[in-house]
Amino acid sequence: MKIVVCVKQVPDSAARVVVEDGQVTWGDAPLVINPWDEYAVEAAINTAEATGGSVTVLSMGKENEKEAIKHALAMGCSEAILVSDPALAGCDGAAGARVLAAAVEKIGDVDLIILGKQAIDTDTGTAPAMIARILGWPALTLVSAIDAVGDVIKVQRATEEGRQMVESKLPAVLSIIKDYGEPRYPSFMGIRKASRAQVPVWGLGDLGIEAPTAVVSWPEVMNPPHKEISNEMVEGDTPHEIAEKLAEKIMAEKVL
Amino acid sequence: MSKIWVFIDQFKGTALPASWEAVGVGKTLGDVTCLVFGESVENIANEAFHYGADQVLLADNEILADFRTEPFASLLSGLAEQGQPDVILFPTTTRGRDLAAMTAIDMNTGVLVDVTAIENVDGDILATRPIYGGKLFSKVKCNARPQLLTLRSRAFPKPKPNTSLSGTPTKVDINITEDQIGTKVTGYAESEGGVSLMDAAVIISGGRGVSNNPKLTPPADLDAADQEKWRAQEGFKLVGELASVVGGAVGASRAAVDAGYIPYAHQVGQTGKVVSPDLYIACGISGAIQHLAGMRSSKVIIAINKDPDAPIFKLARFGAVGDLFDILPPLTEALRSRLGK
Repeated sequence: MKIVVCVKQVPDSAARVVVEDGQVTWGDAPLVINPWDEYAVEAAINTAEATGGSVTVLSMGKENEKEAIKHALAMGCSEAILVSDPALAGCDGAAGARVLAAAVEKIGDVDLIILGKQAIDTDTGTAPAMIARILGWPALTLVSAIDAVGDVIKVQRATEEGRQMVESKLPAVLSIIKDYGEPRYPSFMGIRKASRAQVPVWGLGDLGIEAPTAVVSWPEVMNPPHKEISNEMVEGDTPHEIAEKLAEKIMAEKVL
Repeated sequence: MSKIWVFIDQFKGTALPASWEAVGVGKTLGDVTCLVFGESVENIANEAFHYGADQVLLADNEILADFRTEPFASLLSGLAEQGQPDVILFPTTTRGRDLAAMTAIDMNTGVLVDVTAIENVDGDILATRPIYGGKLFSKVKCNARPQLLTLRSRAFPKPKPNTSLSGTPTKVDINITEDQIGTKVTGYAESEGGVSLMDAAVIISGGRGVSNNPKLTPPADLDAADQEKWRAQEGFKLVGELASVVGGAVGASRAAVDAGYIPYAHQVGQTGKVVSPDLYIACGISGAIQHLAGMRSSKVIIAINKDPDAPIFKLARFGAVGDLFDILPPLTEALRSRLGK
């Protein structure tokens, strides 16, 4: 089974991200593989192992943005492709999905595309369904377990109400959530292999497409509105007294 | 007058509250048409009128019994090609997000996801949405038509239903057959523990601290790791009891989830759920930056923690320094008696 896993490079989740002079900045916090994507890579490698297949890691970004790809290679993906083109600056979610879908078509004969649930920077979570729709494949999002892969794929999905069991034709697009299971740590050999890997870079010309038009624009980014919070510490001689006072305060806020 | 369509997300014949919040937003923008898709969902169509729908498009068919994004998107985009709405609103639910994404591709437009505020500038919607897990906000707009938006649960007020409002839904035909659909839903398993974090007006969350009760003696036949989990589960029982008394949902920090204390569905934060309840009580949570990002917009935050320097206290309206195992049981009782339960 031929699997493509899509990854993105983002500021570490522990980073203090702020807007300064209208620009988003995260200081010297490291850029890492999007945390959700590690679960996707884990699922891709497991599925490839179970079916005797291969995993190609695919990413879109600037030409030097290879951290996420290197991490996925170190985890055990066999091939990597970076799509990079100056014309992609300012591309929106749908445009990005069109570019990734075109790259998957160029890779060819792909049975399964696996992504993380969403990227922790833009937080849209729409890439899996969009890529699937462009290719005309089904999307199985928020997958917590892959129960079987053969002619069809059987998965469990997380919804508001609990879990849903779904089966789907292949090819298909999956997005994976944390319940799938802990991603493996890159092995020493894997890290060495990844650091030496030459990652092919495809431009839009290689994909045979023009830059898709972005229709979503973001005229402004802002720090969260400053909330005036008057902190009040509730004290007492016994836990019981603290609890009683807290209960009074909570009731007075009229939120129950 | 702008034509506003609202997708009503429902599960087994019950609409999700965020659907009605979207109807409320739609009413501020123009003439509202609600889209009710499913099997045996005419009751929801009637309910949509109570919430203020001007029209309802009802697709009631066994093929729509289980939500599947592909046929729902084909149906919706087909109707929208004919009806030419200016705006289509969806609740940001698991279904709403996927459906908006596929519909945007079908209609060659864009989608503004998880919107928390909107301004209407002569029919162009300027939306505000959180990014970086709530660490920042972005203003966004969609320069194609229709403008698709998914609205975050609880970010907008839910209108009061008025049962004297009624109307006749317009029934729409489905020309999709089962063999055109690539997926099949084979079963459901309900989640344990009731209230969904996204809809909850009250959330009680536990962190790593829930496993530190010095007064407990775990069963001797467990190994160290299982003893820790056993302690954590005892701690989460206290969190759960308070949640059940106030009708809230149970949340957790990433540290607690990663330690295996509680399933991931409960995780609040940048890599969990971003929530904004009326009341958030953080128990034994120190307040890592990625957790704070996920709950900072809660209306009233209460923190209980042993460490007086814990960052969570900076966001808290009320804080109590102490052991959660000592404070939670009497707090639960005090609220139980005040709420008359």
